[in-house]
Order: sequence, then C-alpha cells, then structure tokens
Amino acid sequence: MKMDIVASLEAITRVRGVRGAMFVSAEEGLVVAESSMEGIDGAAVAALTAGVLARLTRATEAAGRTAPVFVHLRADGGGLMAVPAQGDLMVVAVTDPEVNVGLVRLEMRRAAEHVA
Amino acid sequence: MRVIEPWVAEPLQRFLTESAARVVLLTTSSGQVVAQHGFTRALDVMSASALGAAIMASTEELGRLTASGASRSLSHQGPSRGLFLAGFDLPQGRWIGLVVYDHDSSLGLVRLFFDRLVEELRVLAPVEQPAREVLAADFENELNASLRSLFGR
Repeated sequence: MKMDIVASLEAITRVRGVRGAMFVSAEEGLVVAESSMEGIDGAAVAALTAGVLARLTRATEAAGRTAPVFVHLRADGGGLMAVPAQGDLMVVAVTDPEVNVGLVRLEMRRAAEHVA
Repeated sequence: MRVIEPWVAEPLQRFLTESAARVVLLTTSSGQVVAQHGFTRALDVMSASALGAAIMASTEELGRLTASGASRSLSHQGPSRGLFLAGFDLPQGRWIGLVVYDHDSSLGLVRLFFDRLVEELRVLAPVEQPAREVLAADFENELNASLRSLFGR
C-alpha cells in the first residue's frame, strides 16, 4: 500500500515543472507520504496547506457551496495545488510557475482516487 | 496572555497568532509556570503545569528504558480539541510547552510554529544566571508571586 501511494505521487512529480508532491492528513496537517520534496520544507507545506484548505472549505460551505475539489495558489515563484482525497487525506503538489496545470490536476485526481 | 519572563511575551504572542492555539502554558521541567494564555483559574494552571511536568518526566524515562531516546513531544487528539506537549532546552534549563488547539488549527500548524517559538526563545534567552539554592519558603513565595503575576491578584 505504501509503495502504491508513493508510485501515485511519483506519477505527479514526473510532470515537468512539479517540484514535489505529497499526501497530507487534512485534519492534522501532517505529511503521510511525499515524493521529490528536496529543498522544500514538507512539514511546513503540509501544515499550512491543510490550514488554508480547512478555511477555504469553511468559507465555501458558509457561502452555501460544496467544499472545493481543487485548489490552486499561484505566486511569482511557483504554485501550490491541493486536491481533497478519500477520508482525511489530501494530495498536495508544489510546482514551478510554468507548469501544465491541467496535467498536474489530472495526475493529482488519479492519486486521490487511488487511495480511495 | 500573562508572562513571568518579559522576553517570552513577543515570541509567545506571535506563536498564538500564527498557530491559532487556544491555550498555552510554558513551565520549567519542575512545573514552575513561566507564561500562560487561555487559563482563567490559578488552580487550573497549577494542575496543568504539574501534570505536564509529570507526563514529560514519565515519557522521557520511558524513552530511556526503551532506548528510543528522550521524548521531544507528544500529542493527544480529542473529539474537538487536541493537546500538544513538548520539552525543549534553553540556557535557563529544560522547559515544557503545553498547547491546546481546536478546529481552527491543527497538530501540523502547532508543531510548525512551536518549533519556531523555541528557536526564537533560544535567541532571546538571557545568559544563564548562576543557580542558587532553593529553599521551601522561597519556593512557596515564588509560586505565589508567579500566580499573582499570571492572574493579576
């Protein structure tokens, strides 16, 4: 199971421009598994992304909408994407600015379905 | 927030803001209170500091017995609130941090910003003063003075 999870993350990091990917426990903000996160503080990314997603979820629910199924934060130096998965998990990817967002999203959703 | 050591106030306030923790208690490893936020009764602070010190002492001894090394932190997730307990070393000696958080935060956020709090405390900590003998009368006086400072009475 652990190898399957890592393999699904590696499918994300194979996309050009993806610097790392991980499964995060959404409730606790802790890293469950990660791939190619060199130079990135995975624990910090996991904690902060889980916090952002929790607040976004509350905001959308307060607005009478369903919880987000894909979150994309864009910055000058790169981007961060998150896809909620089964149960308490979410898939997170850290990317360069120039990346095929559609392809990354596709692989992230596959990874999310893989752990379902 | 109430602090006994003034240099603790700024980093602790930053930790509270960034982690969204509900309750924080900083004590020495013997249970003497250094700072607190979120407690309203002196009795609760005294109980929590004594329990925190006892838990850390027990887990550190357990770590030694099982050769897993000294315990750095432990956490407990309840249905609505989580508890994080960690020991760290300063020039003043070993301190313990007890943090209670709810759904506005997470264990990851608390751990992340608690590590930063410890780094800041290490930078700001005054040079260690020579240890003096602690007498029973002094201990009680200091305990009462600490509680007066923490609760303003």
